[in-house]
Amino acid sequence: MKKQLLIAFRLFLVLTILTGIIYPLSVTFLSQRCFPAKANGSLVMKNGRISGSELIGQQFSGSGYFWPRPSATGYNTLPSSGSNLGPTSVQLRGLEEKHRSEFISRNMLNSNTQVPVEMLFASGSGLDPHISLQAAILQINRVAEARGFDSAKKLKLQSLVFKFSEKPQYSFFGEERVNVFMLNLELDNLK
Amino acid sequence: MQMMMNGVIQIALFIAILVILTPVLGRFLARVFMDENHILKPLLGWLERLIYRICGIAKEEEMSWKSFLSGLLIFNFFGFAIVFLLQVFQRQLPLNTQHLAAPSWHLSLNTAISFITNTNWQSYSGETTLSYLVQMLGLTVQNFVSAATGIAVLVALMRGLTRKTTSTLGNFWVDITRSIVYVLLPFSLVMAIFLVSQGVIQNFTPYVHATTLEGVQQVIPGGPAASQIAIKQLGTNGGGFFGVNSAHPFENPTPFTNFLEMLAILLIPAALTFTYGRFAGSNRQGWTLFIVMLLMFGAGLAVSMYSEFSLNHVLNIAGNMEGKETRFGVAGSVLWSVATSAASNGSVNAMHDSLSPLSGMIAMFNIMLGEVIFGGVGAGLYGMVIFVILTVFIAGLMVGRTPEYLGKKIEAFEVKMAIIAVLAPSFVILLFSAFASVTSTGLSSLNNAGPHGLSQILYAFSSAAGNNGSAFAGLNTNTVFYNLSLAIGMLIGRFGIIIPVLAIAGHMATKKVTPSSSGTFRTDNWLFAGLLIAVILIVGGLTFFPALALGPAAEHFLMNAANAF
Repeated sequence: MKKQLLIAFRLFLVLTILTGIIYPLSVTFLSQRCFPAKANGSLVMKNGRISGSELIGQQFSGSGYFWPRPSATGYNTLPSSGSNLGPTSVQLRGLEEKHRSEFISRNMLNSNTQVPVEMLFASGSGLDPHISLQAAILQINRVAEARGFDSAKKLKLQSLVFKFSEKPQYSFFGEERVNVFMLNLELDNLK
Repeated sequence: MQMMMNGVIQIALFIAILVILTPVLGRFLARVFMDENHILKPLLGWLERLIYRICGIAKEEEMSWKSFLSGLLIFNFFGFAIVFLLQVFQRQLPLNTQHLAAPSWHLSLNTAISFITNTNWQSYSGETTLSYLVQMLGLTVQNFVSAATGIAVLVALMRGLTRKTTSTLGNFWVDITRSIVYVLLPFSLVMAIFLVSQGVIQNFTPYVHATTLEGVQQVIPGGPAASQIAIKQLGTNGGGFFGVNSAHPFENPTPFTNFLEMLAILLIPAALTFTYGRFAGSNRQGWTLFIVMLLMFGAGLAVSMYSEFSLNHVLNIAGNMEGKETRFGVAGSVLWSVATSAASNGSVNAMHDSLSPLSGMIAMFNIMLGEVIFGGVGAGLYGMVIFVILTVFIAGLMVGRTPEYLGKKIEAFEVKMAIIAVLAPSFVILLFSAFASVTSTGLSSLNNAGPHGLSQILYAFSSAAGNNGSAFAGLNTNTVFYNLSLAIGMLIGRFGIIIPVLAIAGHMATKKVTPSSSGTFRTDNWLFAGLLIAVILIVGGLTFFPALALGPAAEHFLMNAANAF
């Protein structure tokens, strides 16, 4: 028993050093050398300031920007969270209706427009950076109008949206999507 | 339609890769644990020997089942103590860049037990609760050693079933060292680096303050995430670095990381079935168990996919995206939910609380069946062997023959132990859930009404007892009642199975092997696979059917009648 205690203690210590110190530090060292930008959070700079991360969605409510999905936390990262409302929740149904009517009225859409499903419901992380291509297309008129674009510039905006549409990865992993933050970043630079 | 097609292709590819890798990895694992030559031995043999030298381990020394067990319990107790203390002194220890206070005693206790039992239930969100040091030195370590513990118990069981007239099962220290040095550590290292290449973070810098395009402050969290995420998937641990686990873009940034993280969940548990066949001296024995698992996995997946793509009459929508990420879509989220619940992993990439009632039920049912559909690393297969013993026993009763498995007689002792192992988690799930759902303390943590509320409680105790760790996360479990009751549930669910399994292993090892004859009841054919599935379903079905009928099944029918709560 005493021998077992001693071995257990030593082995626990050795494995802690191996898997709790050497391993994470090796991963950190290698990834900071090979992929420093990604290891540090894929941060995006604008005018010398950090304006967010490519991977983390952010809140946009002004008409001049494309909007992301609803978020249970309003894109607050501390902590990340979904709504955790169940499939028969009255509250969830209320939110769905609210998101639908807001999206239709503020985008000046026909009242029977099919609003893409991800624009009605909050994501799991509350930080989803993406929307579907269709959800971006439906917002083009509103963004163009809010920014006072003429028809030539609106065409440019349209092609910008399509440029930012990512196909499923390696052609079939995941869904086609648009990164809202990256699109809006480019939108500010649209000449 | 395009969306459906992509989903089908991903699922087909997922299963194909799993089937192909099972014999490849399974053969490698068999070589590791039989101490034969294998590809990593020349590379890492020195590390194994160094560990033995430092710790004073005599690798040839054999252990009885009782000393195997006592070594395991002592080792796990050290793990518990360290994880608990690291949290208590978090404020005084380094690498606490956000100056986080120590979690409450009951949360620290719950987390420590959660991680030593390979459950990784989380009543907290990592990004606002734990320092980098606790995550790395406490939790990452437990991700490795709790997985290694599961593998060691399985290896001991395999030895017990296949050795003849001996009282020993190998050496616990050697088995956990080998699992870590040759399997978990090298695999995790490669996977972690790959995850970073896709965008998973790995740093020690304080959280970054960003100013968004609309001029709002947003905090971008940091931390050594990739190193923990790799092992949390490979070791079927499942405890996220962040609160929302693999739904967080920093844990699972792209559809491809999603695919690989899903594959990592089932990879080792599936391969171990092949390893089992090698130990048994018959690949067919291993494949039979693999096929049973795959069939049950496929059936669950089919129901779950169907349910998730069907019309929800309350929300008037099919393919609900609440709690799901755009980049994974519905199919990528459902496949994950089935894999993570089948495999006792418990990581999530979508919020299970918001799944359709039947998809949520499948996840819950996978756990309730005892985490034997692939299951946790090691734990899944030793749980499956418990059901094999019951099946052999029942089949023996039906035909009036002495039950035998792998040439050894199954006697009263083994059957009693198997029954304990089946009843222990069921006891936790039903009694604890019943208690929580009739007390105001238990009910005050709910955020959903109606049958879904019962599902939330039922899921929590199933997850704890099955050492899964996923949750219907709307239930606030960071309370004294839930932290303590779930912790007890996790301990019973872990050691209430490990102890009988090792006892069975020890007793089986002492038995003679009778050569098989034409009168032997075969355990490597379709008939046996069918019987085994029937026993698993009947035991699971009869035990949990009433509870499921009141929770998710009732919610499904009420939803179809457009009732909301």
